[in-house]
Amino acid sequence: MAALTFHYDVDGQDFSSAGEASVAVKKKLRQLGFPSDVIRRCSIAMYEGEINMVIHANGGTADVLVEPDKITIILEDHGPGIPDVELAMKEGYSTSTEAIRTMGFGAGMGLPNMKRYTESLEIETEVGVGTKLTMVVKV
Amino acid sequence: MKIREIAQLLDAQVLCCEEELDAEVSDAFCCDMMSDVLAFATNQSVLITGLLNPQVVRTAMMLDMHCIVFVCGKRPTPEIVSLAGANDIVTMVTEHHTFSAAGRLYETGLLHGE
Repeated sequence: MAALTFHYDVDGQDFSSAGEASVAVKKKLRQLGFPSDVIRRCSIAMYEGEINMVIHANGGTADVLVEPDKITIILEDHGPGIPDVELAMKEGYSTSTEAIRTMGFGAGMGLPNMKRYTESLEIETEVGVGTKLTMVVKV
Repeated sequence: MKIREIAQLLDAQVLCCEEELDAEVSDAFCCDMMSDVLAFATNQSVLITGLLNPQVVRTAMMLDMHCIVFVCGKRPTPEIVSLAGANDIVTMVTEHHTFSAAGRLYETGLLHGE
């Protein structure tokens, strides 16, 4: 199988549609016949990232590169950036508002979860400029 | 346990995917924070929640769950039901509160996952 790439624009204005890109990727990976645990890890990691982009960064873009031995998920936004990445990686730490928590998110598990379910998580971020996350799930 | 038995035990009204009611499930997860569901759910196939938004369905989809039980008589919008329906997730609503709903299912053998 040659490498496949998928691109999605993630709408930051509409919380109710957040996760649509992750759902689409999950369906594609299933069609391509990847093992269910690989699909599950990709789905959860990308969904967490997608939700974060909507909550914190007014949306962004998602690019997924599918290769036989690994899946790379790149999420890029032009949001506020992460001032303290080490702190953001701590389970339970969150800068989300009460409004976000009433929607079921913002428990401070997003980035830790992305790390947990992927083989690598690279965070490039600059305050006031944006954030780029690159996650790799090995098959 | 069949999903049909869950509906009966909780006096729940099934809102979609009635054709899936004979599917077997063995584990459930109970939470209103979808962040925690994503972080801590393992192999559970039933989600019991009092949260009402489309992210409940998407979270269940990410985790390959088969059934969502909305508690406290909280009725999901047609948009939420149709999203669940399109993805073969049985959706039901019960008047039982979270503790009571979870307790009834636990008592009859539904487990909490690995």
